[in-house]
Amino acid sequence: MASEKNTALEHEHMVHHDHVHDHDHDEHEESFVSKYVFSMDHKMISRQFLITAVVMAVIAMTMSIIFRMQLAWPGEKFAFVNAILGDKWGKDGILDPNMYLALVTIHGTIMVFFVLTGGLSGTFSNLLIPYQVGARDMASGFLNMLSYWFFFTSSVIMMVSCFIDDGPASAGWTVYPPLSALPEAIPGSKLGMTLWLVSMTLFVVSSLLGGLNYIITIINLRTKGMKMTRMPLTIWAFLITAILGVLSFPVLVSCVLLLIMDRSFNTSFYLSDIYIGGRPLDNMGGSPILFEHLFWFLGHPEVYIVLLPALGITSEIIATNSRKPIFGYRAMIGSMLAIGFLSFIVWGHHMFMTGMSPFLGSVFVFTTLLIAIPSAVKAFNYITTLWKGNIQYTTAMLFSIGLVSSFITGGVTGIILADSTLDINVHDTYFVVAHFHIVMGLSAIFGMFAGVYHWFPKLFLRMMNKKLGYLHFWLTFTCAYGVFFPMHFLGLAGVPRRYYTNSNFPMFDNLVDINEIVTIAAIIGALAQGIFLFNFFYSIFRGEKAPQNPWNSNSLEWTTPMANIHGNWPGQLPVVHRWAYDYSKPGKDKDFVPQTVPLEEGEHDGGAH
Amino acid sequence: MNFLVILAIVLLIVAGHQLLRIVELSRGLKKTNEWRITDTDNNMMGKSMLIFMILFFLFFIWQVERWADRSLPPAASEHGVKIDTLWDYNMYLCIIVFFVTNFFLFWYAYKYRGNSKATARFFPHDNRLEMAWTIVPAIVLAFVIIFGLKYWNEIMDESKDPNKVIVELYAKQFDWTARYTGPDGKLGSTDYRQINGSNAVGRDTADVTGNDDVLVKNEFHIPVNTEIELQMRSRDVIHSAYLPHFRAQMNCVPGMITYFKFKPTKTTEEMRKDPYTVKMMEGINKQRAKEGKEPVIFDYLLLCNKICGASHYGMQMNVIVDTPEDYKAWIEKKQGKTVAEKK
Repeated sequence: MASEKNTALEHEHMVHHDHVHDHDHDEHEESFVSKYVFSMDHKMISRQFLITAVVMAVIAMTMSIIFRMQLAWPGEKFAFVNAILGDKWGKDGILDPNMYLALVTIHGTIMVFFVLTGGLSGTFSNLLIPYQVGARDMASGFLNMLSYWFFFTSSVIMMVSCFIDDGPASAGWTVYPPLSALPEAIPGSKLGMTLWLVSMTLFVVSSLLGGLNYIITIINLRTKGMKMTRMPLTIWAFLITAILGVLSFPVLVSCVLLLIMDRSFNTSFYLSDIYIGGRPLDNMGGSPILFEHLFWFLGHPEVYIVLLPALGITSEIIATNSRKPIFGYRAMIGSMLAIGFLSFIVWGHHMFMTGMSPFLGSVFVFTTLLIAIPSAVKAFNYITTLWKGNIQYTTAMLFSIGLVSSFITGGVTGIILADSTLDINVHDTYFVVAHFHIVMGLSAIFGMFAGVYHWFPKLFLRMMNKKLGYLHFWLTFTCAYGVFFPMHFLGLAGVPRRYYTNSNFPMFDNLVDINEIVTIAAIIGALAQGIFLFNFFYSIFRGEKAPQNPWNSNSLEWTTPMANIHGNWPGQLPVVHRWAYDYSKPGKDKDFVPQTVPLEEGEHDGGAH
Repeated sequence: MNFLVILAIVLLIVAGHQLLRIVELSRGLKKTNEWRITDTDNNMMGKSMLIFMILFFLFFIWQVERWADRSLPPAASEHGVKIDTLWDYNMYLCIIVFFVTNFFLFWYAYKYRGNSKATARFFPHDNRLEMAWTIVPAIVLAFVIIFGLKYWNEIMDESKDPNKVIVELYAKQFDWTARYTGPDGKLGSTDYRQINGSNAVGRDTADVTGNDDVLVKNEFHIPVNTEIELQMRSRDVIHSAYLPHFRAQMNCVPGMITYFKFKPTKTTEEMRKDPYTVKMMEGINKQRAKEGKEPVIFDYLLLCNKICGASHYGMQMNVIVDTPEDYKAWIEKKQGKTVAEKK
């Protein structure tokens, strides 16, 4: 079946290819719509995902700046807040408490799902899977196109929900019922919540279509010689990510569906014994804890859906730019598989304090702490890859090192939060906010930046500006720690998450300056993204033309011509003879050996001596 | 006004565009590849990595130095002291790993910064090394798990103390009500359909054991050195009863009762005299003076720690830890009042 499909695709391409040769300038026959809008080409879809994610990220970042300003200077009037939110939500430039919760909610939703899941996987899985396994395109270009347009539609609905009368969903990005289920509880649980649920359902459709395509392409469409153990770690990361997504996202749909039923059809899956709006509700027998289980059964794998692609991207970039093979290739695969597997049996660590049985809690402590082992292996392997390297500081490399640092710094506090005993006192405080922003948010976004800088030549056939890249990295990296490191201390002081202000009662009055430092770092960091945006959009149109293989990299994507051609390779598909990490191999005249170069006599593959 | 802003933006874009044209033209003349990484770049970035590391570590130390004494005062409950001890050991571990691994990361990033004459060492794997950093974390984590679970089981175990004081914390948007047993030592059962203006916590009026239950708002009292069993309920959405000074937290979930037990070890008065607290309150009052607010004294707090709506941030209640004698006087007065009202 697999080979049949491959041959069919190959055949189709050959026909097309010959066709192109017959009438040399026939590239124009694709219409604007089929080339730029409803494109089925993986490279174009990748660009569509990336640009959508960039727009969404800017929106989510702006939201975070608004609520950070409120937290640092509660009650101050900001023309900026009024200009963006208008008189209804930002009267006199003061943020409305309901809107504060809405911003926090939508910021989280956009970052986790639209930027770091859709944006990260969507961009790089689409770009790199066919390129790096040596395929003409995704297994199904049509489903791939649908995947993007579902993503786009769900993004639009999420954005539309910000402009409705009662405001968008505001029950936190985890949307725990009953708060999210009862319109009486919070204005955001009226139409805003309905739109949130619809948007998320469409998002899951997009994610499933994409995920199935990634898995099938990787398993079936690898070119000759591309054994599983020769695949770059990026592909392994995308494969495991896609499997996690396919297995866990449907659970989110069931979770969301039951919530829709409770909201609109008077069922009681999550509701029981509630008195609100001056009357008792009829619902009995449901439990919000069921929602939490279903939500986190997706929610925790989701963390790794966000993180693994970033780790895969980084593995590739660190190896290339250290001019060394990635240290412990098989251990890297093994640890990703272990992380992927374990991620399904740790969800309860989000629920230690929810009223879930404490015995269940102890099981989750055990499984959660196990995840630290493969994570440690990965961190040590990255560091060893740098050891005795010949490090080439591209912007992508800087961001990759930034990722390893944030992965460690955020990871260690995971040991504390995974320990239910210690979680008692920091659960839902800023300590948690600091932890997950550093380990998941920063790592994933650094991975995404690294990917954009590294593969920009493949995405847009041009180079990004190096100096602006350097400036962007150092400002982003410094400010990122400036924002999230001090939050640990807020957590240690017992400051709860999602408080509109910390000055309503005296307990946290002495923390004002910490909040100010956080916000100032956030504002500088946000402005620094302007440098990136300029560099990105400017380089798309006017950057220097990219050469064939700017980073002297081994993987297959650098063997395709620097032109976006249908089918990726003119003529035959490349044949792979070795793994992707033969950098600085002794006895070679160059410090890299592309995967298409045949093994010499007596030469071992895969780093075996 | 708006027109001027738009005009200014347009002019800025035009100016920027012209500037870029000049840069592009000069680059075209030089025929350089701006993106290519030179030895100077590598040298500069490698050194920056080292400098960043030093500043990063200094930033960490600066924060600890400046902010560590703003974290919560030492635990005021029996199990809380254990949590603090365990916390310290885990934190030392985290800080050591944080420093050591970040050090090697940035040090190697500096030391092996690229150079057109250098070659990297082909070092694809080493089984002994990989075994080492699989097994060492596994052993360390085994200890973390064992100690963590030991305390967890103790803390979460059912309260078996016959002299325990039961306090029900009843959460609703956006306040707390505490319910105590009457002289009969029993809390009456509840039925949410009976909630009304005069029955705020939904006591089941058919259950006579509840007739003498005591309801208090704004602040509730508990006796020192006595086991307190908190029973938590919610009227509308999920709330979380967070008592940071006692290292106690549990969600309040509509439709079920959740439990948390603890034994306070310091009365409010003692805590107010505790040197750590005194210093912390000085810091708080200094800031309050700056903002022109009244000075305050220390109080234990019950906070809501689960997003519950617009006024989530304002949902708290004072906790007063009394000596057993003071507590007895307080609760008997409350009970007497309740009984008198019922008659």
